[in-house]
Amino acid sequence: MAKASLMDFDKALELFEPVLGFEVHVELNTKTKMFCGCANEFGQGANTNTCPTCLGLPGGLPQMNEKAIESSIRLGLALGCDIAEYSRFARKNYFYPDTAKNFQTSQYDEPIAFDGELTIELASGRQVTVQIERAHMEDDAGKLTHKGGATGRIQGADYSLVDYNRGGVPLVEIVTRMIEGGESDSPEIAKTYVAAVREIVKALGVSNARMEEGNVRCDANVSLRPRGSNILGTRTETKNVNSLRSVERAVRYEIQRQAALLSAGGTITQETRHWHEDTGTTSAGRPKSDADDYRYFPEPDLVPMAPSREWVEELRATLPEPPAARRKRLQSDWGFANLEFQDVVNSDLLDVVEATVAAGASAQSARKWWTGEIARLANVAGVPADTLVQPVQVAGLIELVEAGTLTDRLARQVLEGVIAGEGTPAEVVENRGLAVVSDDGPLIAAIDDALASQPDVLAKIKDGKVQAAGAVIGAVMKAMRGQADAARVRELVLERAGQAG
Amino acid sequence: MPEITAEQVAHLAHLARIDLSQDEITSLTAELGQIVEAVAKVQEVATPDVAATSHPIPLSNVFRPDTVVESLTVEQALSGAPDRDGDKFKVPAILDEE
Repeated sequence: MAKASLMDFDKALELFEPVLGFEVHVELNTKTKMFCGCANEFGQGANTNTCPTCLGLPGGLPQMNEKAIESSIRLGLALGCDIAEYSRFARKNYFYPDTAKNFQTSQYDEPIAFDGELTIELASGRQVTVQIERAHMEDDAGKLTHKGGATGRIQGADYSLVDYNRGGVPLVEIVTRMIEGGESDSPEIAKTYVAAVREIVKALGVSNARMEEGNVRCDANVSLRPRGSNILGTRTETKNVNSLRSVERAVRYEIQRQAALLSAGGTITQETRHWHEDTGTTSAGRPKSDADDYRYFPEPDLVPMAPSREWVEELRATLPEPPAARRKRLQSDWGFANLEFQDVVNSDLLDVVEATVAAGASAQSARKWWTGEIARLANVAGVPADTLVQPVQVAGLIELVEAGTLTDRLARQVLEGVIAGEGTPAEVVENRGLAVVSDDGPLIAAIDDALASQPDVLAKIKDGKVQAAGAVIGAVMKAMRGQADAARVRELVLERAGQAG
Repeated sequence: MPEITAEQVAHLAHLARIDLSQDEITSLTAELGQIVEAVAKVQEVATPDVAATSHPIPLSNVFRPDTVVESLTVEQALSGAPDRDGDKFKVPAILDEE
């Protein structure tokens, strides 16, 4: 693949105005698929969740999943959309082995939700309102694996393998209107918009919202308009960008690539482009051509949806606090500095920190444990931090530290025990015998031993060189196997040294 | 009403992956032309106050509960596949096909 030349980003913005648009696909977390009762589960054995309907075999008859429609309406409402009084599915006909039906069941001119908006806030504080054109329902395609060839990519593959477990899983596709005026913030707008959608679907509980598992996927449309022109440039659509960071990079890359091409007198081809995470580049997929003549027509096997206004209002009443408002409230309640709060949000720990605080911990301690030791252990284990340990256990651990039963060092050992399934923090303390020795008796005995074995140190302390006490504290902590409060040991060392001799 | 051309029929046949001979294209062009003319007649009487119909039975909101039912076994699912590799369907290279 020839390496595309790129224009410096700032230079590109001097010459051109970027215009953006996004299609975000959200996989719903219903128990079953959109039109059949096959399980909607990630990570199962290949082709274990299929039936005549999702495989498009003769005799298959689709039936609408009520829960999927409910989730779609709630998502539409959360995006400020109107909910259609009458809405239909349509067949989008295409031949590609990711669907065995030879069509995708989607919506065409009658989407379930339309005309919404979502206001996002950039790091600078700039607010951008993204207009939502529509949010429509459709079913997902199967998963292709390309075999042979050099790279495992679709280009040059010898053959492909298909797993239809994902085929028929319910999706909501959220389509924005054109976003103009993004200027140099355009890559950040892309990232922030997708993050905001992800946050909303997570708060609604309608999707697992894990980008790495493809629950939220973004297609980013980018075009450039020469400064002073009012004619839109030709756009490209970069497909399936699967992390927030990649969305930002892909938009930046397309701006730089298109600017270089246009400035050199070239033209942009209206096409689908594939994002390559490894190289941070995009490459051309199939050009938009007659293959996109989808011959939509209303799905004859399904009847229309006409959600009653009562049902829509019932669902509206179930909407959670909007995530942006919730973040403002929590940051203010917790008194976190911006960086502290961003750390929690960016690590996806807002929910567990909130739950830990609700279980009685102080906000700062909850933040410290989740973004510190727990995040570190989760990173080592290669799992999300919120799956490692329950907030209520963390709150219990923090309580033990604050009561003086545990030092931070002991608490880390207790945490490991809790993660290993040894019980609650209190049980781990009990079973492993990890509590701080709070009885002064054993401490004084250990201190007297240490002082006796280091008479020179004792002499220095007596001379008023209290820093010398460090050597004794170290020896005592070692003798106590760390199960002592160092501050208390220090107090006692000075006291004993004063009394000794 | 525009006439149906042989080029349009060939294009549709390609989109639907139907392999038509030149003779078939010629005869289908005439037949589809007649069908389009018949539809045009219907359009003359379909005034804006007649709602479009996609389904003969006036039903809406036919839903099923979100309950898992048994799927096919992997062997059943793959039984009609021209080719397989383990538990997956095996299909020819995709981009080269076009």
